[in-house]
Amino acid sequence: MDPSRKRSIRFVVALSAALLLATALAYTSFSASTEARQPSELASATPAPGEKYQLVGKVVAGYKTSGNVTHFRVRDRDGTVSVPVTYKGNLPDPFRADREIVIDVVKKGAVYEGQPGTLVTKCPSKFTADKSQT
Amino acid sequence: MLIALMIAAAVALVAGPLRAGARGGDANLEAELAELEAAKEAKYREIRDAELDYKTGKLSDGDWRVLDRTLRAEAIDLLKRLDRAQERAEPLT
Amino acid sequence: MLVAGQACLIVALCSAVYGAGASLYGARARRPEFVASGRRAVYAMAGASTLAFVLLEIAFVNSDFEFAVVASHSSTTTPLFYRLTAMWSSQEGSLLLWLFLLGVWSSVILYVTRHRLRALAPYAQAVLLGYGVFFAGLLVFLESPFRRIANPVAEGTGLNPLLRDPGMMIHPPMLYSGYTLLAIPFAFAVAALITRRLDAEWIRSTRPFTLFAWLALGFGIVLGARWSYHELDWGGYWMWDPVENASLMPWLTATAFLHSVMIQERRGMLRIWNVSLVLATGVLAILGTFLVRSGVLQSIHAFGASTLGVPFLLLIGGMIAASIYLVATRADQLRSRNRLDSLLSREAIFLLNNLLLVALCFVIFWGTFFPLIAEAVTGRQRNIGPPVYEQFVVPLALLLVLATGIGPVIAWRRATAANLRRNLTKPAIAGLVVLAALIALGVTGSVTALIMFTLAGFVLGGIVQELWRGVRARRAASREPLPLAFVSLVRRNRRRYGGYFVHVGIIVMFVGVAASSSFKEVHDVSLNPGEKARVGDYEFTYVEPTAEIHAAPNGRLERIAFGAHLRVGKAGGDTKLLHTSKDYFPSQDPSLGPVSRFFDGETTTEVALDASLYNDIWAAVAPDIVRLRDRIEEGDRLFERAADDLTGEQAGQFLALALRGLTERYTENPPAARFRLEVNPMVSWLWVGALIIVFGGLVAGWPPRGGTSRTVTAKYAARVGREVREPERVPA
Repeated sequence: MDPSRKRSIRFVVALSAALLLATALAYTSFSASTEARQPSELASATPAPGEKYQLVGKVVAGYKTSGNVTHFRVRDRDGTVSVPVTYKGNLPDPFRADREIVIDVVKKGAVYEGQPGTLVTKCPSKFTADKSQT
Repeated sequence: MLIALMIAAAVALVAGPLRAGARGGDANLEAELAELEAAKEAKYREIRDAELDYKTGKLSDGDWRVLDRTLRAEAIDLLKRLDRAQERAEPLT
Repeated sequence: MLVAGQACLIVALCSAVYGAGASLYGARARRPEFVASGRRAVYAMAGASTLAFVLLEIAFVNSDFEFAVVASHSSTTTPLFYRLTAMWSSQEGSLLLWLFLLGVWSSVILYVTRHRLRALAPYAQAVLLGYGVFFAGLLVFLESPFRRIANPVAEGTGLNPLLRDPGMMIHPPMLYSGYTLLAIPFAFAVAALITRRLDAEWIRSTRPFTLFAWLALGFGIVLGARWSYHELDWGGYWMWDPVENASLMPWLTATAFLHSVMIQERRGMLRIWNVSLVLATGVLAILGTFLVRSGVLQSIHAFGASTLGVPFLLLIGGMIAASIYLVATRADQLRSRNRLDSLLSREAIFLLNNLLLVALCFVIFWGTFFPLIAEAVTGRQRNIGPPVYEQFVVPLALLLVLATGIGPVIAWRRATAANLRRNLTKPAIAGLVVLAALIALGVTGSVTALIMFTLAGFVLGGIVQELWRGVRARRAASREPLPLAFVSLVRRNRRRYGGYFVHVGIIVMFVGVAASSSFKEVHDVSLNPGEKARVGDYEFTYVEPTAEIHAAPNGRLERIAFGAHLRVGKAGGDTKLLHTSKDYFPSQDPSLGPVSRFFDGETTTEVALDASLYNDIWAAVAPDIVRLRDRIEEGDRLFERAADDLTGEQAGQFLALALRGLTERYTENPPAARFRLEVNPMVSWLWVGALIIVFGGLVAGWPPRGGTSRTVTAKYAARVGREVREPERVPA
């Protein structure tokens, strides 16, 4: 076979594989992803029943732990609107009031049920523009 | 005092070559020499790799001899070019 | 010291600005003295940033709370070891660490290559100094570590307990060394494109720098994984967090480059591809630094939005734009004259390896930035979890392992099918033997793991075959004893056999990942003392609660630890006593009571870990201190009432008594504690594999003795024959 034809075939095969990968990746990502919502967005809209969301916000002070179940509220990073969350499982070490967390939740009645193993508390360092502590 | 010393040291350090003046040498020729030396090293490595491939059974005797001849011819060509460039080169300072 | 430190940063900035200008002027005006002056400006920048680094470390060691950064990240009760590392737990300190390492590594490399790469050096210097201008500029104008605290304090906030791990001493410096070292091949790639000199000399210099950077970055990544595994309370070593991904991406592209550069070296092919890989690696290295500071993505590492997101975005944008421009305008010159001879060749396998590595990088990049992509497409951020990553990463990794097995046993340029069959037979048999053994042992719970183990057998079989044949050939020529022949073989072919050792390390790591991911057993249980729980073949017994008060060397309370002793073992076998605890560090919040501040501050879990090559037994406790809350609040009230009547010393003594009382109450009448119990098969193989990779990388990259020397005129063919035999003339 003519070498340039061979090269063309190889190029087409490689490009097709790349396009296939990209398409599969895009399709899987969009279909398996979780929408991120702030508490005010969850509170103002009616979430679809059984729909999972990734809730991002800050823990409100006054949460209670009973056994391995914690009841807490999450508010907007820069606001006061909050939603109630229950989480079954051990809390991460950095978890406490006014810390920013990320958690997958599903609406169950009046509260949002945190999905096991999805609670992440952001590392509470000082990489912020706010210098009010100093 | 520490600050003054540090600034003085930095200035002395960066100004040193400017006081010493320009060095001679043809940058293009030096680059050509360096390029040929690097190409020669790579070619020698290729020759040795081919021999090792042959000794470890990845190349047949016939394939290796053909490849070895080709690579050595390429190496000889590089050496000729390197010698011509070295004849043109001034001593490196 | 504050003023001196700030002055150091200003000198570093000025040196960088001058040096970049002098280097470019020297190059354009053909004034080598200005180029030399520019190189010395790199040394000056390194010296000034080193001095600034030392001054800041001294401030941390001495707990000088006049420094705002010391007050907010350290304390007198922080152990000395962690006071030394606390510097880079802050934004300012981590930027200074970046600048310091950039200066040091740039100085070393430019000094070592001062008599070479004369055409490239000025532009490479200018790029490195450009980085220096950027980071020094951030430190001088936006995030100075030498800022005076507004309101003096007697005690600092302390280092975040999560960062109190030996990994803190080495993980960030190693990671940052990787990032800063990757700036060097980037700089030389830019210089090579500007000067249109992208051939053997560029490769000869770029490859070792990239290898060294690859080793440092890889080691830093593994250290982070290990830290996560034994420090965090979820028992994992990788969670596809954006910041983790951002460190992996440049490592993948650097891996691709280290392979494909060999093709360019031999055949002059893939020049555009290689220079693009190096440029992409340099950009990705900055991307990780950007992600931590920008707050654009949700990450456990993303410490929140800072003022530095925009400058980093501008830097990355500039790097990408310049890279595309340079490659596009030099594309004609970069195009190769040679073509791939055959798909049955090592070149073809390396190309496949490259495509797989870049595909992996693309998948990880897509997943990392998917929230922003989704927002651009749908108007809402969406996130993907580990299962999506694994759906693509696992098959690509399996193909990569397959390519790793074929590469060493196939010849350069062109292999025959018969020859390939002959060389693949024994490795294939090795793989099938492994498969049969695993099926016979009943290890069939995971098809993916089974395929990985089979491929691992195939790869290792091929490497053993290579080593055996090489030693045999060496012995046939030299009659050396076996061990000596092995050492001689490796010494004379460092790059090849170092590469094989690296492959062994990679396979060992992949086996560890496959086993620990597929066969991990986890139980979350609540136990009272004396109760048992079974995880896999192991029985965990909660023996007794523990409670300890830890004081710092200066007598101040450092932390209170509530924990548990667990006895673990298989039925009928030996047992081991393990200890896990949750440590409570006092808060500096003045609104908290004197007793409750010890329980409302930061906490960290000390994991119980019994590691072996076969299984890791892992346990973490979450003590229930709710029952102590009433006593804690009562203590606060008592102190509040007696505050005026107690001297400082008396208050300290009563506080100590109160805390001791609480710890005794916990151990005498312990509530049920929650435990996460894990049996993780073969996790240790990851760490062992990493060490093998480092060893292999050092073998592959070790410089030859003496280097090349000028040859005397002789007949050319004889000269080639003679010089080829001298390993010192040819860097292996």
